[in-house]
Amino acid sequence: MLTGGQILIECLRNEGVDTVFGYPGGAVLPIYDALYDSDIRHILTRHEQAAAHAADGYARATGRPGVCLATSGPGATNLVTGIANAAMDSVPMVALTGQVPTTLLGKDSFQEADITGITMPITKHNYLVRDINDLPRTIKEAFYIATTGRPGPVLIDIPRDVSGGKAEYRDPGPIGLRGYQPRLAGEPAKIAAAAKAIAMSRRPVIYAGGGVINSGAAEQLKKLAETLMAPVVVTLMGLGGFPADHPLFLGMLGMHGSKYANYAVSECDLLLAIGVRFDDRVTGKVETFAPHATVVHIDIDQAELGKNVPIDIAIPGDVRTVLVDLLKHLHGKPDPAWNEKIRLWKKEYPLDYKKQGLRPQAVIREIASVTAGKDVRITTEVGQNQMWTAQYFPFTRPRSFISSGGLGTMGYGFPAAIGVQVGCPDELVFDIAGDGSIQMNIQELATVVNYELPVNIAVLNNSYLGMVRQWQELFYDRRYSQTELKNPDFVRIAEAYDAQGIRVEKAAEIRPALEQAIASSKPVLLDFHIEREENVMPMVPPGESINKMLG
Amino acid sequence: MRSNFSVLVENNPGVLARVAGLFSRRGYNIDSLSVSRTDDPTISRMTIVVDGDEAVLDQVAKQLRKLVDVIRVRDITNEPHVDRELILIKVNADPTTRTEIMQIVEIFRGRIVDVGEYTCIVEVTGDEGKIDAIQNALKPFGILELVRTGKVAMQRGTRTVLVED
Ligand SMILES: Cc1ncc(C[n+]2csc(CCOP(=O)(O)OP(=O)(O)O)c2C)c(N)n1
Ligand SMILES: [Mg+2]
Repeated sequence: MLTGGQILIECLRNEGVDTVFGYPGGAVLPIYDALYDSDIRHILTRHEQAAAHAADGYARATGRPGVCLATSGPGATNLVTGIANAAMDSVPMVALTGQVPTTLLGKDSFQEADITGITMPITKHNYLVRDINDLPRTIKEAFYIATTGRPGPVLIDIPRDVSGGKAEYRDPGPIGLRGYQPRLAGEPAKIAAAAKAIAMSRRPVIYAGGGVINSGAAEQLKKLAETLMAPVVVTLMGLGGFPADHPLFLGMLGMHGSKYANYAVSECDLLLAIGVRFDDRVTGKVETFAPHATVVHIDIDQAELGKNVPIDIAIPGDVRTVLVDLLKHLHGKPDPAWNEKIRLWKKEYPLDYKKQGLRPQAVIREIASVTAGKDVRITTEVGQNQMWTAQYFPFTRPRSFISSGGLGTMGYGFPAAIGVQVGCPDELVFDIAGDGSIQMNIQELATVVNYELPVNIAVLNNSYLGMVRQWQELFYDRRYSQTELKNPDFVRIAEAYDAQGIRVEKAAEIRPALEQAIASSKPVLLDFHIEREENVMPMVPPGESINKMLG
Repeated sequence: MRSNFSVLVENNPGVLARVAGLFSRRGYNIDSLSVSRTDDPTISRMTIVVDGDEAVLDQVAKQLRKLVDVIRVRDITNEPHVDRELILIKVNADPTTRTEIMQIVEIFRGRIVDVGEYTCIVEVTGDEGKIDAIQNALKPFGILELVRTGKVAMQRGTRTVLVED
């Protein structure tokens, strides 16, 4: 006989789980007791939100499901932001929560929260396990659901009498989910129709997103682009899915996309939308998005097809599988005039910034330059820091850019970096942060020091909630309501946690400071005092067409 | 446009909340929803009547299919089908009006299922039009209470919405 906790651990090991990010409490005592004897690594974050983000970062970096664990009530509700974040960005994650004993359920018991109810709209699926004998099947299903189809978080709520009860471990056998059968292959007729539309187009653009990375289709995407000589624009989630140093790469599109990316989309006659969901930050005014284009949309999630914009040829299916099939039908016939036009746009409207003073873009360029040739993974917080990173860091491999896209969660980047570093122990990890965001999970300095995780944090410190300030400057007559920050001394904070802190105030100090951080075996917080009112440009004002850009 | 969806779901706790939550958070208008177990105790069938344009109805079906506990979703509006509702109406009835009420109930092939000193309860099944009509016909007597089941529907002939489909 095993306890429910032991059965859980057994099941996690069967799923290949090597690490759990979590925080203990009363309702998960039997689980922590089972962990005590287990070879599964447990990372104790200092806040459950950080455990969820760390599991998310681990999953994005490795492609394997991230696992987080929290106690009932406040522990579980502290996971909520992290679960919602994973749901919005299609991250495979299994969240385990303790629950009050089944006999106390529904009685407003101490530390009871209806976490399956709370997370219903932000999980792919969730479970409340009422019977210890259901544990193995539930866990197997949860991992299967989280990692297949369009990935996403699955929560399993485990009452304390279930984790503390005893039963024989029985293999649950094969999965039989009648209502969940993801289909990978695209319909041949649709693929043929797409091939025909491609053959007829003269000005194709590929619009690629996170689905390319999730399905492992970067190679097929590159082949597609090169076959058609079609320029590639990517979403925030798509960064890294196509090499930024490739001549066909136009960078990010949308609100803070490059002008040439947005112009290309606005003038293309064929838009190949691959693993994307036509988010409003991408489309701007939806009526005028890609107005001349035949739109082909490939996505694993059928519900995304036609959700936000009408689609001419919709192909439900796994991006990689569909691309492999589609590529068989294609032969190149590039139109030199279209490529020439794009070349001119690139020349005329480059991404650029002022060079005097300490500029955030320069910090990002330097991080890219000192880490060139090394295996580096970048996480970001949210705000200007995130957009500058997306614009200026040349990501060349999938899963190397890790950022909160759909939910835009300040405080994501640092705990995510913990998960990334745990998943990729031999790689360099940087969290490019804002001074506001870093304070949302700054307590995790204790975690990185505790586990000797040499995560580097580059705070682009403008003493502002910079992105909000930028909107106030542009659209609210510079009325900086509640966006100026009086910050602590981040260097001393780092030092208090026994991490290293380095303050950088001049452009000339950027590179030496970065070199010092990389050389250090400790976690390092770099506090870059950047030009305070630098803006993220170009920018599509809210509600505008994406070819009408400021800056 | 109004559509009738025939939906098979796992008979799991919370499945109704999942479906109802989906409709409310995505802003779809449910006209009616009825749910109950089928001959297979692990499966429930819902008949959901939704109001929306073509794009909304397309999303409703797709979003429902994304729910793990939802096994089959089919819009049967444009297929030959039977749909029925059941209504119970408690209406004022005294010796002077009772005969008249009974005549109306007769016309609608309904039944009187409870008779009190001052009231009676009328039961009618039928399609929506018939249900609306009896409701209107009894209104002048004074309706005290009313309850409708919402629509249940089934395709005619050999067409089905089953797990095996
Ligand atoms: C949890 C959370 N709260 C509020 C916001 C709204 N918001 C978006 S960007 C931003 C400012 C971020 O400031 P900072 O981290 O200093 O980054 P900067 O823009 O200055 O680079 C805020 C408040 C958010 N995205 N997330
Ligand atoms: Mg800031």
